[in-house]
Amino acid sequence: MTLPVRAIAALVSLALLGGCDGVQSVLSPGGRDAQVIATLFWWMLGGAVILWLLMNGLLVYVTRIDQRAMSQRTAEALIIGGGIVFPTVVLAGLLAFALSEMPRQRDPGTGLTVRVTGESWWWRVEYLKDGATAAVVSANEIRLPAHQRSEITLNAHRVIHSFWIPALGGKTDMIPGRETRMSLEPTRAGEFRGQCTEFCGESHALMAFGAVVMEPEAFDAWLAKEAEPAAPPEGEAARRGQAIFNAEGCGACHAIRGTAATGRVGPDLTHLGGRVSLAAGILPMTEDALIRWIRDPEAVKPGARMPAYDHLGDGDLAALAAYLEGLT
Amino acid sequence: MTDIAESMDPGVAAAIDDETRPRGIYPPTEEMLNEPVDPDLQKAQEARLRAVWAEPPGWRYWSAVNNSEVGAWYSLTAFAFMLCAGVLALLMRVQLAVPENDFLPADTFNQFFTMHGSAMMFLFAVPMFEAISILLLPAFLGARDMPFPRLSAYGYWAFLIGGIFVLSSILFGVAPNSGWFMYPPLATEAEGPGSDIWLLGLSFIEVASIAAAVELIVGVVKCRPPGMRINLMPLYAWYVLVVGGMILFAFPPLIAGDFLFEMQRSFDWPFFDPERGGDPMLWQHLFWIFGHPEVYIIFLPSIAIAAMVIPTAARRPIVGYNWIVLSAVGTGFLSFGLWVHHMFTTGLPSLSLGFFSAASEAVVIPTGIQLFAFVATLIVGRVRMIQPMLWIAGAVAIFTAGGLTGIMVALAPFDWQVHDTYFIVAHLHYTLFGGMIFPIIGGVYYFYPFFAKKKMSDRLGRISFWLTFTGFNICFLPMHLTGLKGMPRRVFTYPGDIGWDWLNLISTVGAFVTAAGILVFAWDLLRPKRDQDLTERNPWGGGTLEWAHDVPDPGWGVRGVPYITSRYPLWDQPNFLERLDTGRFYIPDAPEGLRETVVTSAVDAVPQHVARITGPAWCTIWAAVFTGGAFIFPTFHMYPPAIICGILAVAAVIYWLWTSTALVPEAPMKDAGLGLTLPTYVSGPRAPGWWGVFITMLGDSTAFASLVFGVFFYWTARPDFPPEGAVHASPLWTALAAALLFGSWAATRAARGINRGGNPRTAQILLIAAPLLAIAGGTALVLAVWVPGLAPSSHVYPAMMWALVVWTCAHVAAGVVMQGYCLAGTIFGKLTPRYDADLWNTTLFWHFLVVSCLITAAMIGILPRML
Repeated sequence: MTLPVRAIAALVSLALLGGCDGVQSVLSPGGRDAQVIATLFWWMLGGAVILWLLMNGLLVYVTRIDQRAMSQRTAEALIIGGGIVFPTVVLAGLLAFALSEMPRQRDPGTGLTVRVTGESWWWRVEYLKDGATAAVVSANEIRLPAHQRSEITLNAHRVIHSFWIPALGGKTDMIPGRETRMSLEPTRAGEFRGQCTEFCGESHALMAFGAVVMEPEAFDAWLAKEAEPAAPPEGEAARRGQAIFNAEGCGACHAIRGTAATGRVGPDLTHLGGRVSLAAGILPMTEDALIRWIRDPEAVKPGARMPAYDHLGDGDLAALAAYLEGLT
Repeated sequence: MTDIAESMDPGVAAAIDDETRPRGIYPPTEEMLNEPVDPDLQKAQEARLRAVWAEPPGWRYWSAVNNSEVGAWYSLTAFAFMLCAGVLALLMRVQLAVPENDFLPADTFNQFFTMHGSAMMFLFAVPMFEAISILLLPAFLGARDMPFPRLSAYGYWAFLIGGIFVLSSILFGVAPNSGWFMYPPLATEAEGPGSDIWLLGLSFIEVASIAAAVELIVGVVKCRPPGMRINLMPLYAWYVLVVGGMILFAFPPLIAGDFLFEMQRSFDWPFFDPERGGDPMLWQHLFWIFGHPEVYIIFLPSIAIAAMVIPTAARRPIVGYNWIVLSAVGTGFLSFGLWVHHMFTTGLPSLSLGFFSAASEAVVIPTGIQLFAFVATLIVGRVRMIQPMLWIAGAVAIFTAGGLTGIMVALAPFDWQVHDTYFIVAHLHYTLFGGMIFPIIGGVYYFYPFFAKKKMSDRLGRISFWLTFTGFNICFLPMHLTGLKGMPRRVFTYPGDIGWDWLNLISTVGAFVTAAGILVFAWDLLRPKRDQDLTERNPWGGGTLEWAHDVPDPGWGVRGVPYITSRYPLWDQPNFLERLDTGRFYIPDAPEGLRETVVTSAVDAVPQHVARITGPAWCTIWAAVFTGGAFIFPTFHMYPPAIICGILAVAAVIYWLWTSTALVPEAPMKDAGLGLTLPTYVSGPRAPGWWGVFITMLGDSTAFASLVFGVFFYWTARPDFPPEGAVHASPLWTALAAALLFGSWAATRAARGINRGGNPRTAQILLIAAPLLAIAGGTALVLAVWVPGLAPSSHVYPAMMWALVVWTCAHVAAGVVMQGYCLAGTIFGKLTPRYDADLWNTTLFWHFLVVSCLITAAMIGILPRML
């Protein structure tokens, strides 16, 4: 590639993907499958532009530029050549490539299975390493090791959702009463974003998640930590926060392993503070965001199942937030 | 010069009753066609025709049923619904213009996109095709009107009532909000009447759509002018045939799905509830078996308009007529094998995905042939860039872009990335805007002088075109990129920091530019043109029959039904207009004061019959109002008024049929002109009514087949179907039901033969026995599932058995009404051994019914014990 071409390519990609755009883009792949599809797309786009120009150029030529009659033979050759021969050859090639890609992208991989269940409107996540006896339960965030293919098994509670991390690969629906499977092979560490892509009700737009790809050793260390129970609260505010958590009955819906809270209705909060985002990819993981969410979930996510805790004073909410943020 | 009887198939000719055989000369000779008509006679004929075809005056105008009136109301109503759905789109674009906007609340946004999709599909795209076809088809075919004008009127009023009902729900904030695809369990569990409004309101409109499709098919098959063999039909008629057939086989699976869905909503029968053996995937299959052909149902009619405009612009016949017809039929067939490409992400096995990927790519070939045939015609001809051609060229530019992205998304692994993102939103709008809106508007500019006898403005047309074309591309071209950058569809808001914000803003600006273009078009269409001169008769120099219209409009449709020997009679047939205008073709007169048109044979268009066509009526409106009540009241769980409306609707339909169809004529034969004498009453396969029943029953059987498919789907997809230790239907009652219903069919069939044989008394006894047997059989069928205690809300297995029984019994009830109608006919002299069309049609209905009764009996009585 010569220098000017390289410069233009860089400018174009900058224009297309400025800022932190890449986190949810098919066109800035961080996984093998997404890479293959992105390359396929650029090739198909080039072909499509050429074909479009030929077809419409011909139309403009015969209607605007040269309106004289041409021979019937030319015309019939066009129907057979353009309508039958050419598409048959091109499409056969495309199909052969794309369909041969399918088994590769569906290969279950080795080592790790992540079980994700779609809820309204959040994600229940369980990690199962090969040979492990019990799953590690988490929520609203997917972490995957780089350079290896991991299987993701999908379920849904109540309604259909769809699981998609554009930068890593294609999506698969989550259907109540069925288990669907997919797999992903990240190629670089980084933070990406995933989102529900099957319309699932009022707050479908607010059902996303952080997807974090880690180097394998870092991933193993993280998973080992994630499997542990929650650390006891540190500091006055956090201890008061835990007391409020228990008094308000939060444990009826949420689990914090190692404490009395064992609810299964809402997301597991054992290591909440260690996640990159709150409320299924909608808010940053900060104390202010936690307060905002707990005070009135409906205002952030219309139709959310969690009740509002607006009867708590600012001080109580801050304590609660401090406790939760400390659960790393 | 040949006798008409010789040109008919001897087998058929022999079977035809001697008395009703067409007599005289066919085809007509040149001398006969040149014979002058006495000017006084011509004037008298014209006066009589005018009187017969006059619209009712004053407020009675709304009882009109002519295709020109009904077609105009129909298309304007569909256009109005399209504008409403367009406004919803604009409001959504405002909400999405900037990130984290709070212009629309989430639930309102969800109602809006559900209604935008549903209205564009069910209230605009399909009805618009039917409306334009009702308006144009008789003119293309040199017919006076559609074969069943009152059915068109009924369909229109049903469409109006249903459309207003469904659309107005948005004003009360109770519109459906689960997406136009209504996936369960989301849609089954949705609170409020929204889902019911969708299911019942749109089912009602689907019924009207099927009615129109039946009429259009019969129109093409039986109402062509003498001599217009099937390979001389204008391409538009071919497309009507293909699209009509597609509606007939695509809508019924959806209606069957709606039926199951509403049973779950109203009575908790768990068809889609996985906890009680149901499966949400069945709905997806049924929906997309409808939904994919739907895309081609929308697209093909617009290709048909292009196929009429292009030869005129190229000033020569279309190149590759046979290629185009084969491709249209091929597209129709293939479109039923593509539905799974809407379900590529549902985790189906790779083998299915591979098959459906390949099938989806294969449809490129017939589509490409059609486009290249148009380009070829333009290459071969000497093109004149008439204004409608601008829209056609714009359509090609947009549609080919949509087609090229279609090639991409048909590849399953690529679809896994872009499915349900804005890439798909862009793709589908490119295909539908390019494949429907642009050709339709081009068609309106092209045909407007035919409808309104005035021309629309070339200047406004160009302004509208460039606004719409640029606005469309500003709106939808960036959406490809928005989708690739990961933005999912159907989101009411999005975060501002991931690069979707300025793309969405551009799209919003484009949407408003498009809307401005559509508004200019709407103004040009609707602006008063009272002071404007009448158009010349054939302003574009077209060669097909519609341009033989009279200016100003005398109301009779066509002066006489012409004899056709060419695909472009205005270009090829000598003295055609002069012969037409002086009344030298068939039925140039209306001496009996009745509306008539000529019915011909299906393939060769040999004249068979002069059909008497129904005139203005109120009973069709009443029938539509009460049918509407029967569908709308259950939305609010008001069942008694619904049942009353249902009964009144049946009564209105019976009154309409009894007073205007299959009437005993004043004379069995009449002089049709050009030395031909034709029967005024025929029964069986020569009658349009028989074809109407036959075609309707093909659609109805498809719905039944979809229910049967459901049983096999559960059996293959669910391990617990039927569940262990399930209660099965009683074999004894099932066998009894099958025997009784078979007996009822046999009695009906025998009554027809015996009546024809001149023994109406015996036929009457059989017609008393037949409904009694049917009622007993239907009761036995209910008892077969009732007595052993199959509880439909406990599990999907008993629910499915009940669904089959309910469906079959509803049809048996219709069969009983028809048998009773025939019995009444024999008593009051409407049905005699000579005039027996009603009995033929009833028997035909029962042929289909007895097959579905026996299948139901086998499905509930035998199959579960074998599984």
